[in-house]
Amino acid sequence: MLHYIGKRLLQLIPVLLGMTFLVFMIIRAIPGNPAQVILGQLASKEAVEALEIKLGLNNPWYTQYIDYLIGLFKGDLGESMRTVQPVSKEIWPYLAATFELAFFAILIAVIIGVNAGIISAWFQNSWFDYFAMVLALIGVSMPIFWLGLMEQWIFGIELQWLPTSGREDVRNPISSVTNLYVLDTIINGRFEQLGQVLKHLVLPGIALATIPMAIIARMTRSSMLEVMRADYVRTARAKGQKMFWVVYKHALKNAIIPVLTVIGLQMGLLLGGAILTETIFSWPGIGRYIYDAIQFRDYPVIQSGILIVAFIFVMINLFVDILYGLIDPRIKYD
Amino acid sequence: MGTKKIWSFLLMMLVALTVVLAACSSEKETGGDKETSTDKENEGTTTEGATEEAGEKVLIFGRGGDSVFLDPIAATDGESFKVTQNVFETLLNFGDEDTTINPGLAKEWEASEDGLTYTFKLQEGVKFHDDTDFNAEAVVKNFERWANGSEDKFPYYASMFGGFKADEGHVIESVTADGDYTVVFKLKRAQAPFLKNIAMSPFGIASPTAFEAAGDKFGDNPVGTGPFKFVEWKRNDSITIEKFDGYWVDGLPKLDKVIFRSIPDNSARLNDLLAGAIDLADGVNPADGVTVEGDSSLQLFERPSMNVGYLGLTTTRPPFDNVKVRQAMNYAIDKQAIIDAFFEGRAQVAKNPMPPSISGYNDDIPGYEYDPAKAKALLAEAGFADGFEMELWAMPVPRPYMPDGAKVAEVIQKNLEDIGVKAKIVSYEWATYLEKARNGEADAFMLGWTGDNGDADNFIYVLLDQDNIGSNNYTYYSNDELHKILIEAQTEVDEEKRNDLYKQAQEIIFEDAPWVPLAHSTPLLAGKANITGFIPHPTGSDKLTNVDFK
Repeated sequence: MLHYIGKRLLQLIPVLLGMTFLVFMIIRAIPGNPAQVILGQLASKEAVEALEIKLGLNNPWYTQYIDYLIGLFKGDLGESMRTVQPVSKEIWPYLAATFELAFFAILIAVIIGVNAGIISAWFQNSWFDYFAMVLALIGVSMPIFWLGLMEQWIFGIELQWLPTSGREDVRNPISSVTNLYVLDTIINGRFEQLGQVLKHLVLPGIALATIPMAIIARMTRSSMLEVMRADYVRTARAKGQKMFWVVYKHALKNAIIPVLTVIGLQMGLLLGGAILTETIFSWPGIGRYIYDAIQFRDYPVIQSGILIVAFIFVMINLFVDILYGLIDPRIKYD
Repeated sequence: MGTKKIWSFLLMMLVALTVVLAACSSEKETGGDKETSTDKENEGTTTEGATEEAGEKVLIFGRGGDSVFLDPIAATDGESFKVTQNVFETLLNFGDEDTTINPGLAKEWEASEDGLTYTFKLQEGVKFHDDTDFNAEAVVKNFERWANGSEDKFPYYASMFGGFKADEGHVIESVTADGDYTVVFKLKRAQAPFLKNIAMSPFGIASPTAFEAAGDKFGDNPVGTGPFKFVEWKRNDSITIEKFDGYWVDGLPKLDKVIFRSIPDNSARLNDLLAGAIDLADGVNPADGVTVEGDSSLQLFERPSMNVGYLGLTTTRPPFDNVKVRQAMNYAIDKQAIIDAFFEGRAQVAKNPMPPSISGYNDDIPGYEYDPAKAKALLAEAGFADGFEMELWAMPVPRPYMPDGAKVAEVIQKNLEDIGVKAKIVSYEWATYLEKARNGEADAFMLGWTGDNGDADNFIYVLLDQDNIGSNNYTYYSNDELHKILIEAQTEVDEEKRNDLYKQAQEIIFEDAPWVPLAHSTPLLAGKANITGFIPHPTGSDKLTNVDFK
């Protein structure tokens, strides 16, 4: 097992290296000049040229790339050209915000998605099955932008149940230790704030969960349908085992592997791809951070931001691969 | 058997959901509200009791983006100045609703006859938030800090005062203290907009003690003399400033705390206002203006216009190198229709490159009325009786001077089709768009400008002088006569003579028609109905000193 993990980690190095190279080349291929953006519209040509030299933008691309790589190996993610702050220092609050939201969303997606999938497979062709699968179809094709605004309108404005945006009640700000507000409020023992934080998570969480939930539900259903036809399920039922246990204990365990893969992929996507939800709900997350950096051609932030998101993505998938073995002892690693 | 199970399962889920929802709403009505009522006043009419009890007045200001810097001299973006304008003060202030010159940290000022010496008498008894005294020495130290900077650190200083200490073009010869409360500026050459420049937000006076100690990190903990002092900055989320008890004007500011929240989406920001999460929303879509006006719990604020939206014609690219073709474009486009449809009427048709509120505006210029027949005739004269094909660049992002670039482009396309010109609409991502247009790659492109200091120079010279080709003169328009006038106007200290020069300049530009000026828009804000004393400033940096809740 350890041998397997070590091998997988080694394999990561070329993957991530290749990715830094691709990102590096792509952002330099698009027009737009960071020096110009930093100096603003009134800047003189000379000043722009001077700043290009200072930022090393006039060097040939391979020197810039090698400099960047050397920095990376020293643990230096670079410095934002725009805010003049080290990326490593700047990125954590954004990452924490996204992580909290993505975790909450995947929790909703898994609990509802997996159960809906199971019940649909269990009662195949029942009204519930049809209903859930139509809903799932709507879910995968839902424009998140619209969904978010509707949520705000119904639950925020009309019903006044839930806050419409942000991570906290700014009138009662959270003093942050870890930037994971759920954890922070527990550490600080401020449980009224914990309630606030959870309420702030609900609407963006649902918006972000919609698509993964639908995908997970469909995957679970088809995977379960296959397993339910297997002999051991029939045997279990013939033994008089209660249907609930047959489904949730025997069948689910065998059907869950492909579902797990999908969950892992979706979790990775949520971490990097929450930009729409983050925009609608003013969530100060990593998606918006990188998106803003692209608009401002803030090369170090784009490169390092994408690198970190990619790293997390592959780590989640590695974790999922290891989980396979724990769930299904027939899977061997070598 | 199975169906029973599913029903009981569904029932359980339903019960669980109800419990959760009930917990949510009951917490809001009872526990939640009680817990936070002490710092949750002003949320609306329902919490009146709490307001009086706690007495802390908090204004939550929702805006489109986060600040980049809180050290005003480092910033170039409007979102940064929105905050620093309340933490720092400048020697001179703009008027409440215009860019006339008013006392600020300087109570009196005097210019010498030749415009080379300015003497400022400072307010006495002013303190910075860190208890440092504000005096002439502090002012001198601020200007020294700036003059020793570089353009990547202090961009606005370079563009407004012609560079830095070592630069040829640097306008300021010396800044000296004469006693504790008098500062004397000596200039190398007269600069007509000098006082207006001094009043701009980037030149807020910072505490010398603080910036000497913090160096480059000053922006992390900005210290000024303003009505509010800095508390906390959660990046991309919120910035909190609170009342400075030692503020030199008695009884001000009226608010205890202001929280700036960055809410990128315009519709979501309006939703937040409707839901009561914020008190004031910047950047309201023109189309939402009616909604706000129809809601008795809200009020609409109009920011006085200091901008121009235009269609630039790259004068080096045929056929736009022909002045008749450019004039024809001006006649062909129905500006009023564009304003009615996409600005919801909240804009004025533009005929000059700067808005009428700016001194030197030439109202005698007739402008090009909508006249497709005349446009066709001009095209025929220019040898394009059958029209031609061109690219029309549509702005990819909404700006106050151009709320919906793509739709406006469609109207223009239709207008041009009527005179036989086939326009293909193209658009790029914003930074790409600007770079390509700056390189002269566009035939015709949409763009605009919001003024920095309300001076004619800040529009006409910056946008249309040959000196600025490759920077803000995107049309590559060059006219020697105009250049001479604009340079003369920069050093002309007699206001009337200077205005005459700008009027001449506008005539030349009108004839040469490098642009189709489209609109001067009125940007909208919305706030709760009980807000008083909020006056949006044309520069976009609002002072919140007098803002209060009814």
